[in-house]
Amino acid sequence: MSRAARFKLGVIKRTVELTIDGVAVEVPEGATILDACNKLGIVTPTLCYLSTLTPVNACRVCVVEVEKARVLAPACSRKVEPGMVVHTDSERVRHSRRMVFELLSSSVDMSLVSGEVKGWIDSYGSDAARYGPPAPPAKVGERDARHAGHHHAVDGSVAETVAQPVKIDNDLYVRDYSRCILCYKCVEACGEDAQNTFAIAVAGRGFDARIATEFDAPLTDSACVYCGNCIGVCPTGALMPKSEYDLRQQGRWDEARQTVTQTVCSFCGVGCNLDLTVQDNAIVRVDSPLEHSVTHGHLCIKGRFGFQHVQNLPD
Amino acid sequence: MDLRLRGSDPTPAERATVDLFLLSSGVSEQANGRAANTGHEARAHRHLLLPALHSLQDEIGWISEGALSYVCERLTVPPADAYGVASFYALFSLRPRPPLVAHVCDDIVCMKKGAEDIIATLQDKLGPESSEEGAATWLRSPCLGQCERAPALLWQRAGSDDRSHAPASSEAVGRLLADGLFDAPERGTAPQTETPRDPRLRLLRRIGLVDPTDLDDYRGHGGYSALRRAVRLGPEGIARELADSKLMGRGGAAFPIGAKWDAVAKAPVRPHYVICNADESEPGTFKDRILMEEDPFALIEAVTIAGYATGAERGYIYIRGEYPLATHRLEDAIAQARARGMLGGNVMGEDFVFDIELRRGAGAYICGEETALMNSIEGFRGEPRNKPPFPTQVGLFGKPTAINNVETLFNVLEVLAEGGPAFAGIGTKDSTGTKLFCLTGAIAKPGLYELEFGATLRELLDLAGGVTEGATIQAILLGGAAGTFIDTSDLDLPLTFEATRAASASLGSGVVHILDESSDISAVLLRIAAFMRDESCGQCVPCRVGTVRQEEALQRIVAGRKNASGQDDVALLADLVRVMSDASICGLGFTAGVAVKSALERGLLTPQGSNS
Repeated sequence: MSRAARFKLGVIKRTVELTIDGVAVEVPEGATILDACNKLGIVTPTLCYLSTLTPVNACRVCVVEVEKARVLAPACSRKVEPGMVVHTDSERVRHSRRMVFELLSSSVDMSLVSGEVKGWIDSYGSDAARYGPPAPPAKVGERDARHAGHHHAVDGSVAETVAQPVKIDNDLYVRDYSRCILCYKCVEACGEDAQNTFAIAVAGRGFDARIATEFDAPLTDSACVYCGNCIGVCPTGALMPKSEYDLRQQGRWDEARQTVTQTVCSFCGVGCNLDLTVQDNAIVRVDSPLEHSVTHGHLCIKGRFGFQHVQNLPD
Repeated sequence: MDLRLRGSDPTPAERATVDLFLLSSGVSEQANGRAANTGHEARAHRHLLLPALHSLQDEIGWISEGALSYVCERLTVPPADAYGVASFYALFSLRPRPPLVAHVCDDIVCMKKGAEDIIATLQDKLGPESSEEGAATWLRSPCLGQCERAPALLWQRAGSDDRSHAPASSEAVGRLLADGLFDAPERGTAPQTETPRDPRLRLLRRIGLVDPTDLDDYRGHGGYSALRRAVRLGPEGIARELADSKLMGRGGAAFPIGAKWDAVAKAPVRPHYVICNADESEPGTFKDRILMEEDPFALIEAVTIAGYATGAERGYIYIRGEYPLATHRLEDAIAQARARGMLGGNVMGEDFVFDIELRRGAGAYICGEETALMNSIEGFRGEPRNKPPFPTQVGLFGKPTAINNVETLFNVLEVLAEGGPAFAGIGTKDSTGTKLFCLTGAIAKPGLYELEFGATLRELLDLAGGVTEGATIQAILLGGAAGTFIDTSDLDLPLTFEATRAASASLGSGVVHILDESSDISAVLLRIAAFMRDESCGQCVPCRVGTVRQEEALQRIVAGRKNASGQDDVALLADLVRVMSDASICGLGFTAGVAVKSALERGLLTPQGSNS
């Protein structure tokens, strides 16, 4: 159920009137500035926001200018107030959005973000190269071992990044934290917002903060149940099914040759919708539609990874 | 919650440590047995996570996987979550560590007072930083809050209490490593309390006179008369006095305390909480430490008044982990106050309930941010929350909470002692009362000073005997690492909230750090940039990446090296400062570039050979 749909149901709510970019808009009490922007059709860039998860407002790319406020406000989580006057395209807003995209692009591999996000990165004019050449990637386990409150000396000749080797410790999915923008979505999906498994959390501090299991244990030793809901919410391709990862490594991942087939999972009676991504007559990835009322985009290990039996065909 | 724990077991010593801690916190073995290991009861222990980790670090010297796993089992916390919390704090080690660890301050004050000599000695005797083997090791540390007697060390000792060591020297450190004998801690320095004693002291009125270990002596010096008066006035009367006093919070934001307490008192949601923010970590700041070390009962009394005025039955004092003596004094003071009925079920026979719990930070500047502090108490990572909602509505454990700085709470005692209107007569119209200043650097008598608002910087310097003989002032850092640089043309600046704001500066935590001609301002700025990077919690992009890029750009400017991309680094810094101050979640990000920006504006950092 989308956020917008939720407001039409149930309890009668008072409405709040505010002004966004000079246009008056009325939204239910408790709605966010983002909801109001959506109602007006104003496109707001988001990275850490997802309608099915609690907003963490960590990426700050959705910031807007609220008159009389000292600092910018995250549209995704700031609740509307009567008489609020909001600017979504002021110079101040554009500067912050450009810089956030720029800071992320200069430190994280953003090559697999959606076309929409790539469009924002370009349209806000962010230039990741401004900070100099990227530093060489960290060695295996090096970032995981960094201690809070300390960092190695830097001289500014290269720009620090989160580049590091891919973590492959199971047959179902890989974790490529060189692509991690630390949006917290996977942690939320693993925890209270979906799966309640709590296999991963944010560890460390500052630029060395990272998604980790306890003591960086391999997933196979962790509480992970391989539901893959973290993959479903990851906006940058840092978390990816092994099937997709392998094809990409072999240079055989080709979206032009792919189709998406919607079906219903046959493993149990819940009725989860599945989106099967198929390439060359083989399933290469399974997702569930975000807006589906049963799954909200989430699946279990069977639905997400249990597809081999349908394609174990005789040669 | 269905926990999945990996196979590692705690050692008997680790298990005993955790068991003892939990027993002393009222968590019985039975209540956590298999049958009861679920539901709200089990999850309600999450707030014990940070102190449980402390108990392991204190006793064992590091937190092993088996030990963490056992804590998780007993408190019903997912191990990944607990690992995320433990790895957030600089004072916790998740790898084996020698039982004796020297944390050496190399921050803005100590760096000029021989910190590197001490580090060289330690390196010579113990090998490189942070070794996992041997009897002892050492680590660089941000400001330890002992600045008036720099250089400073903190000795972390497994199985024994931690010790501050200031002033330290290479010889003393070498001797200590040889004989293992720790000197008794030195007293904090507040020159006005020495003979001849300054008669104008208010906040410091008992410092040096009262015995900080004796409740009766505190009462003999007028202690607990403010609480008595508070009870006569009632919560609404206290709110009136505070409003009349125009007392502003001293934590940096200068918010009227009367309005804050009133909002909590009137909040319909129950229970209410009060918190004293004693996580003083701004580099160059030591005022709260001296107050707590020398006059701990006053803080207990003031927090009790806060509880009474806001309708809270429980208060927390969150003290930074690097203050062992202040922690010890407060623990002792709380125990005495409880034993004498000044805390508990019937405070002072006045028929109200209030008790205080002391919580220790573990090496995270960000936990001085009020909402980060609340997360830290609750057993989560010390990440600031987005505001609004403000703590007066949604605070600790999601309940209305009044959170105040130590210095602010000391002022409450003054307001109640002399009445709101009289208090408003002290200082200036918009900055009432007195202010504590932490004076360090090239000054004859560094230390803690108290002055009425409105006194000028020049008067403050005169009070401290002027600049060091033969020195000339190059710049003055006002407000700490999150502060601004001013120079001798500002000596007649009145030290008030309004005047500093008008001068685009800030009093911040009251840091006044004098840099003379021999001071290397570039080095100070680089240290501040490194500090901000180390202390960013990592939650929001502008601060997490911005502080890294700021340090890199500053390094290039100081070295006179061009940016390889052909960018102008001064302009780059301006862009970074702007996004950090506009789009970060909390005050750390807002102010992370303030000092750098002000140094550039003042021309204190001439970009040598830069491409500007």
